[in-house]
Amino acid sequence: MMNKSILEVSGLTMDFGGIRALDRLDLDVGPKEIVALIGPNGAGKTTFFNCLTGIYLPSAGDIRLVSPQTGKQSRLNGLKPNKITKKGVARTFQNIRLFSQMTVLENVMIGRHCRTSSLILGAILRTRRTRKEEQETIDKSYDILEKVGLSEQANEFASNLSYGAQRRLEIARALATEPFLLLLDEPAAGMNPQETADLVTLILQIRDEGHAILLIEHDMKLVMSLSDRIFVMDYGKKIAQGAPAEIRVNRAVIKAYLGEDEGPDNA
Amino acid sequence: MITVKEVKRSLLVSLWFVFLTFPLMVIKVNPYERTVSWRWRNMVYVAIGTFVITLLAKAWFARKEKRMARQQDSCHLRLPIIQRILQKPGYRNSLAVFLLGAALAFPHLFSTYQANIMTTALMYIVLGLGLNIVVGVAGLLDLGYVAFYAVGAYSYALLNLHFDLGFWTVLPIGGLLAALFGVLLGFPVLRLRGDYLAIVTLGFGEIIRLILENWNAFSKGPSGISNIPRPGFFGLEMSLDQAMIYMYYLMIGLLLVTIFVVNRLQDSRLGRAWLALREDEIACQAMGIDKTRTKLIAFSLGAFWAGLIGVIFAAKTTFVNPASFTFMESAIILSIVVLGGMGSIVGVILGALILVLLPEYLRALSEYRMLAFGAILVAMMIFKPEGLIANVRRSYCYHGKKSNTALKNDE
Amino acid sequence: MDYFIELFCSGLTRGSIYALIALGYTMVYGIIGLINFAHGEIYMIGAFTSFIVATVLSIYGFPLAAIVVVAGVAAAIWSSAYGYTVEKIAYKPLRHAPRLAPLISAIGMSILLQNYVLLAQTSDFLPFPELIPEFSFVEPIAHIIGSSDIVILLTTTVVMLALTFLIKFTRIGKAMRATAQDRTMALLVGINVDRVISATFIIGSALAAIGGLLIASHIGQINFAIGFIAGIKAFTAAVLGGIGSIPGAVLGSLILGLTESFATGYISSDYEDVFAFSLLVLILIFKPSGLLGKAETKKV
Repeated sequence: MMNKSILEVSGLTMDFGGIRALDRLDLDVGPKEIVALIGPNGAGKTTFFNCLTGIYLPSAGDIRLVSPQTGKQSRLNGLKPNKITKKGVARTFQNIRLFSQMTVLENVMIGRHCRTSSLILGAILRTRRTRKEEQETIDKSYDILEKVGLSEQANEFASNLSYGAQRRLEIARALATEPFLLLLDEPAAGMNPQETADLVTLILQIRDEGHAILLIEHDMKLVMSLSDRIFVMDYGKKIAQGAPAEIRVNRAVIKAYLGEDEGPDNA
Repeated sequence: MITVKEVKRSLLVSLWFVFLTFPLMVIKVNPYERTVSWRWRNMVYVAIGTFVITLLAKAWFARKEKRMARQQDSCHLRLPIIQRILQKPGYRNSLAVFLLGAALAFPHLFSTYQANIMTTALMYIVLGLGLNIVVGVAGLLDLGYVAFYAVGAYSYALLNLHFDLGFWTVLPIGGLLAALFGVLLGFPVLRLRGDYLAIVTLGFGEIIRLILENWNAFSKGPSGISNIPRPGFFGLEMSLDQAMIYMYYLMIGLLLVTIFVVNRLQDSRLGRAWLALREDEIACQAMGIDKTRTKLIAFSLGAFWAGLIGVIFAAKTTFVNPASFTFMESAIILSIVVLGGMGSIVGVILGALILVLLPEYLRALSEYRMLAFGAILVAMMIFKPEGLIANVRRSYCYHGKKSNTALKNDE
Repeated sequence: MDYFIELFCSGLTRGSIYALIALGYTMVYGIIGLINFAHGEIYMIGAFTSFIVATVLSIYGFPLAAIVVVAGVAAAIWSSAYGYTVEKIAYKPLRHAPRLAPLISAIGMSILLQNYVLLAQTSDFLPFPELIPEFSFVEPIAHIIGSSDIVILLTTTVVMLALTFLIKFTRIGKAMRATAQDRTMALLVGINVDRVISATFIIGSALAAIGGLLIASHIGQINFAIGFIAGIKAFTAAVLGGIGSIPGAVLGSLILGLTESFATGYISSDYEDVFAFSLLVLILIFKPSGLLGKAETKKV
């Protein structure tokens, strides 16, 4: 393993009524690492993301975050989603949740919200500080759009983008929050091979810029080629973890994917 | 084109409405004299009216479909004429100057009575702009907006009665008190889902009115408080006419300030957060926006404006009683926002002018005023949910270069 | 003690009428997730229709029994027709619109219907004919419970039982339950969802009409505005019980009726409506899922 991890999850458990969606899950992500979380549909992967980002309150277990810049440790359980984002964890959504009636650039500018601070008075009086902040927001957002290749469509409505472009915009919006850990929920779903190839390049570029990435993905080729490590889940439990080469030959993983009925699709 | 089939269907619809409205439209009983009058003529009106409306609605939808199909071929979006004018800075500015000039000259061109009506219209514009922040921009359906208006009006009435405070002192106090009420109410209820929020605010509005009606010791009950002084102007004595014209200019001033402030707010970090919140709360939170706080700011800002206008209302009529603050008042303001176009400042101004002035000048119509407001809310949602004048998203410059000058129509 | 029982009985009567209206809210909410603001108006139209029909019949000298039956049936038919039409005009075109749209449309419908009745009829309070005779066997306990209370309680009980039967055992009832659970799934297994939604509005409206008839003859007067307050109170009851839950609506209504009755009886009648509104605000803040409702889990 690389040096000290930035995310440590231990014993994470999530119950919905009588159903245990996550069962004592342990997971860790190191700095600048690409970690994949795979498993059959309904294994609890998205639930795991929802616990990490504060949308669900986990029933038990610990989620700890260590900021690579400051080394400060914090516990994420019970924090509101916006607080968690502010601490440096950002995510995309499996079923795209863009602000479709806003422009592409505005979507990214929303991501800058938690790194900026002007409020009512600033907005009304348009002080120098506010104007500077606003221009910075625009410029930084634009830079990010250039990075993901959407600067041409900056003033289009988000809903007018193609499917693949919308997924990239979700990544851009998440990047705008300046995360050190980026959670991607099926970033390649619905993409054609060319778009997927571009996505791989983009993810590697993001990693090289210093972000750690935890991703859920069904495209095994992408997972195997990108990931440093892979965690495999089934029925809310972790059934394997290791480097891609190890996972490829893991008996339990093969059994989970091929041997048994798939659970209901609620991922 | 109207086909035979459509005519037939419209006939059926009109027959259905004849049946539907039969007991209420045709029969009228007098329970005291025990007589029944059969108003068969109404039946004919209903039949013809519904037939025509159904045909028109069908034609509208057919046209809309055609336009949608055409738009898919060429992704070029043709904006309505008003927006094309508003987009050109030259036109926009000359239009604004002309309107301002007309507004300033108005009391001198027309009678004081007309100016007085215009003052009312201006008050509704500001109320509409205030509610627009809450409903139009932030997407929070507030049905108890009139409560904050009442808070403003009663703060002036009571503070003046007990402490002899003047208009200019109470104006900010009234606004702040209303905003405080907004925070107090908003804090617990803003985490509720949209429809629950609507009903809680409705309930809150009614609670405030009922308390004002029943708590005689505090508010003098249904008879209200009278002899509230009009706003002063450096201690100058004014005749009634002068006072009315002064009121008019005061409202013009407040309106300009409101437009300025609302415009800047919408086009700011906060304004974007409100818009995003209206679209997707979960995504918003995941982007680091504090949902409750951002909503609370919108809610209390809206309340602040209602409070200001409340103070002005009390000063204008020199009399307040709870009957001025019924749910119907909230409904009127909501209609203004919905008719004009949610989130659009020009739209709200137009909506308020239509809805306040039309029944005022067409006396024959004023009876049907509330009926029309109801119909407007339904019809706008079905036919033109974006309102008369849709909100326009701005495009941003990057390093000073205009990257794309075409503005997009917010559908 | 007598006073207590009297308040208890009048609370039950109130509650059972709220229940008739609240069921319409809760059923519609269960199926399309919309607060049907116009539902109070449907109830008002039911009361008005029965008022017109009953008065006309009594002027033409029909016997009381015939008047009661015809007025009741007419109220149910016309209220259902209004409910059905309101859904077709104001809600159906907006089924896939953003959540605010049908809500605003519903408020518009409510205002529209109220003013339609105001203009078509009158703004005055009208005396409702006495449809429920004073039964002689009630006389000894008349200071505690009146004949109309008894009739109201009996009628609502019968109606509730019929509704339970309808929902549990009939084809349309099963289709309604299926649609309430998962509309897409219901569509996939071949349920005509549009028809189920229409049926829900029709049944809910008919119940409200019966409520309208009962309360109008109980109180003895009506006007165009009675739907607004009654609607909000019934909605409060539905939320208190857990919106979407049918037993919840009945339970919530009874609790609200009793609360109001005791609060006005022991505290002050000036604030009758404030109690209901405050209760509504408090439930929504502290337990929005209500007593018997399921808490909603957000899907991400």
